[in-house]
Amino acid sequence: MIEVSDHTLTEQGLDARGSDPARVLVLACGALAREILALFKINKWDHMDLTCLPAKWHMTPDLITDGVEDVVRKHRGDYDQIFVAYADCGTGGLLEAKCAELGVEMIAGPHCYSFFEGNDVFAATAEDEITAFYLTDFLVSVFDSFFWKPMGLDRHPELLEMYFGNYEKVVYQAQTENAELTAKARDCAARMGLRFERRFTGYGDLQTALAGIPAAR
Amino acid sequence: MSDQEDDIILSELSDEELVPQIHDDLYDGLKEEIEESVNILLGRGWMPYDVLTKALVEGMRIVGIDFRDGILFVPEVLLAANAMKGGMAILKPLLAETGAPRLGNMVIGTVKGDIHDIGKNLVTMMMEGAGFEVKDLGINNPVENYLDELENGDYDILGMSALLTTTMPYMKVVIDTMVEKGMRDDYTVLVGGAPLNEEFGKAIGADAYCRDAAVAVETAKEFMAKKHNQMNA
Repeated sequence: MIEVSDHTLTEQGLDARGSDPARVLVLACGALAREILALFKINKWDHMDLTCLPAKWHMTPDLITDGVEDVVRKHRGDYDQIFVAYADCGTGGLLEAKCAELGVEMIAGPHCYSFFEGNDVFAATAEDEITAFYLTDFLVSVFDSFFWKPMGLDRHPELLEMYFGNYEKVVYQAQTENAELTAKARDCAARMGLRFERRFTGYGDLQTALAGIPAAR
Repeated sequence: MSDQEDDIILSELSDEELVPQIHDDLYDGLKEEIEESVNILLGRGWMPYDVLTKALVEGMRIVGIDFRDGILFVPEVLLAANAMKGGMAILKPLLAETGAPRLGNMVIGTVKGDIHDIGKNLVTMMMEGAGFEVKDLGINNPVENYLDELENGDYDILGMSALLTTTMPYMKVVIDTMVEKGMRDDYTVLVGGAPLNEEFGKAIGADAYCRDAAVAVETAKEFMAKKHNQMNA
């Protein structure tokens, strides 16, 4: 399996391998790289290749749509098919419109928290959970470099209330069984002053969406 | 910005020195210094409106420019806003007493299902700084909250905020209800929030999408000027 650091996935993303026999390129957020590579391995999806945009664009979703378009245009001649492993992810419908224009499929739903939990389940419970702050395996592992430091909380703890004052709990959506990550997630919640809840989701609708991609045209 | 903060005795600075020092202290998010400086200027006979506009608003304008240009980031803007909030708390009661110019009245709130309020709070503060009276409804507002407030007050502008793709469509629910009740044209509706864009604002029938607090202030001023021109025509 490809070894790539959290830092690289956050800041730069991941380049496609571009090697045979991959005929499908999955274009994803760097925050999903480990899960998608795990799914490739578990399911022996050797026909799929992965490229990722920087995970830190989670914080600047206005960059995502143009970034996806650039990669699709760059690689569309190299693969039979490109699948965009993003949900709307804060693009306000612009990514969906762009994917339709480019003729590529994407994952349904508002964001990864929703498709990890299952879009139907998430939609049914969303109204009761508006005060939940979600973390995934990746977000737990990069919590300090992804949230804490860029938000200035390492230097200015007095900002905690301004950022998280309206939240009540952290929901850790676990993709894997990992005691170390669970302990870290619990610590994240304590630092944020929020209750902690762990919910094992596995890969949710991400797995379903990737499994739905035909092997070849 | 300034490394010699401890050496500066604010009360010993002249007005000409103190105002730029306030801009620096706002930039550095120094709330206590801002509060002290505001009290010094008031003690020297400055009108509250002048303290607000020449010292605080001008300082935040500089912060806003550097945020837009990627020199400052969200934490620094929040610290600056927190410092300005300290100054505003001193000035607000005095502004009403001294008959400061009032540009218009606004209701603002985050829509139902959404608890994010950082952007909304920045807009509220900047609008107040620009001379608007703002009623902040807080977070997670159903349509009734907006409409009740509009119907029971003398407002010119409705501002709605959302950070989530899932909650931003609720703005259309509010606007459609205003249309149904025949009250849509009585107000300027401004919308904002990270996943929104200009097309979305147009599609839901808002008057304008505002990408940040500074744009919200300028847009509100433009609409108020148009309104006054129409009334005087």
